[in-house]
Amino acid sequence: MFGFRARPGAPPPSRSGAPPGDGPADLRVDGLQVRYGRAVTALDDVSLTVPAGGVVALLGSNGAGKTTLLRAVSGTLRLYRGGVTAGTVTYGDRSLDGTDPVAAVRAGVVQVPEGRRVFGGMTVDENLRAGGLGRVRRDADGGNAAARERVYGLFPRLAERTGQRAGLLSGGEQQMLAIGRALMAWPRLLLLDEPSLGLAPLMVERIAEVVREIHAQGTSVLLVEQNAAMALALADHAYVLEVGRVGLSGPAEELSRSDEVGRLYLGEGVRAG
Amino acid sequence: MNQVLDILINGLALGSVYALVALGFVIIFKASGVMNFAQGSMLLFGGYLTAVLHEHIGFLAALAVGVLATAVLAGAVDRLLLRGLDPSQHHILTILTIGVDILIVTELARRIGGDLLSLGDPWGNEVVALGGVTVPVSRIACIVVSVLVIGAVFAAFRYSSWGLSLRAAAEDREAAALMGIPLSRIRTLAWCLAGALAALAALFLTAFPAPGLERTTGQIALKAFPAAILGGMTSPPGALVGSLLIGVTEALAAGYQSELSGFGRGLGDVAPYLVMITVLLIRPHGLLGTKEAVRV
Repeated sequence: MFGFRARPGAPPPSRSGAPPGDGPADLRVDGLQVRYGRAVTALDDVSLTVPAGGVVALLGSNGAGKTTLLRAVSGTLRLYRGGVTAGTVTYGDRSLDGTDPVAAVRAGVVQVPEGRRVFGGMTVDENLRAGGLGRVRRDADGGNAAARERVYGLFPRLAERTGQRAGLLSGGEQQMLAIGRALMAWPRLLLLDEPSLGLAPLMVERIAEVVREIHAQGTSVLLVEQNAAMALALADHAYVLEVGRVGLSGPAEELSRSDEVGRLYLGEGVRAG
Repeated sequence: MNQVLDILINGLALGSVYALVALGFVIIFKASGVMNFAQGSMLLFGGYLTAVLHEHIGFLAALAVGVLATAVLAGAVDRLLLRGLDPSQHHILTILTIGVDILIVTELARRIGGDLLSLGDPWGNEVVALGGVTVPVSRIACIVVSVLVIGAVFAAFRYSSWGLSLRAAAEDREAAALMGIPLSRIRTLAWCLAGALAALAALFLTAFPAPGLERTTGQIALKAFPAAILGGMTSPPGALVGSLLIGVTEALAAGYQSELSGFGRGLGDVAPYLVMITVLLIRPHGLLGTKEAVRV
């Protein structure tokens, strides 16, 4: 609009941590229905938007469909014999059909799986290299070296353990590695599935800081969490999934004051029995 | 002393041929969780092509065609037969490879009949004297080429993007998919490589002092199979160690046959299985295997 003059307030483009190339785009999930096999409908008519540069939290109890939504975006439904039966998922101008993880990563959407899932038999460095394998322009943007520098900048502790087997790291370090591995693909939108799961409170705080930092570097974040306090503190906007549907949604601040979400924190009324 | 050296060289040559085939087993198993029982027919296919073609286009070109065509055949088996099926059903896919093996072997056996085909290798029946023993040149070529090829495969495993992708996919398919690693392409490449290795093994298996390619040559895979298993099935170095162990044991059993006659004749043929069973009794996951490897 203003030619090449930098807009005030926009993040400086040449900052070392910023993802190069295209900036983030909007993720739009519209009327999404996902089924596993023929019988199980895991999501029904779910709509959700992660605006470019935003942090959105997705809350809900076990079995509400949070992970299924992430699978639909990252394209791993087929590994679970699931598929999109209605609705659409688009990132920017690209349509994601839920069955092609390669396309999702190429579009700039990268998921950190629940439970970390680092490659335990490989070294920290090899894990990071593996994270860069799906990147579109592998040698552009400074390639692996620049991405690795960014990851080690965020997680100095990983830099001290490059040659160590990932399986021997602590839980927190593994979560750092899982996030770092995803960052190696220069995501424009990072999907985080329960990053605080099973971590000590101090480490949860550390992970929250890192998510904030990644966001400040220009990456949008969709954060799935059961730790609603952490998620709502980080997010601008939040959705609550209830048995496959969006129950509540709104600005994170508003939701964190609402009674229903309060009950969700405490686990009352949501889980039957 | 000379006899020991002679037997050792024989055993190493034999072991390195087993290693080529066993590596193929391991690579395919890592990439797709499938035991490829069609490996023997791949070997026979590559050998047959080389044997038929070498008089027309020369040895090296025939070998290249044989190796490439076998790689394509193996890749086609993966793409055309296995791809549409549920990749998590390893048992079904494994049984399917037995069917593929029978089909290919039957057709090739019909063509070969009772013939003994030469692959036209340039070493013929030349021998060299080496430290007091005479060694066929073909055996030396076998060891040298196998060392180079296996070294290249190991390097590819460790350093190349393909190798990294394969190891990542073998550890955690979903996590690898989330990295944007194209799993099905990695898998097809693994099949191709295993096919190429099998075709190369056919050459050394049929060179002097072996009589040549016959319709039963593919059964060698049945000896590389215990080698891969005792190595741990998911470990390429394990497959190499297992192959050498079995090759040397077989050569020893054959070389000292007269001393071992108490066990009856043909102990060399049984030796691979005896070694495998002994190793598995002591180390159930194989020499260098991991626990998940015993799922088939």
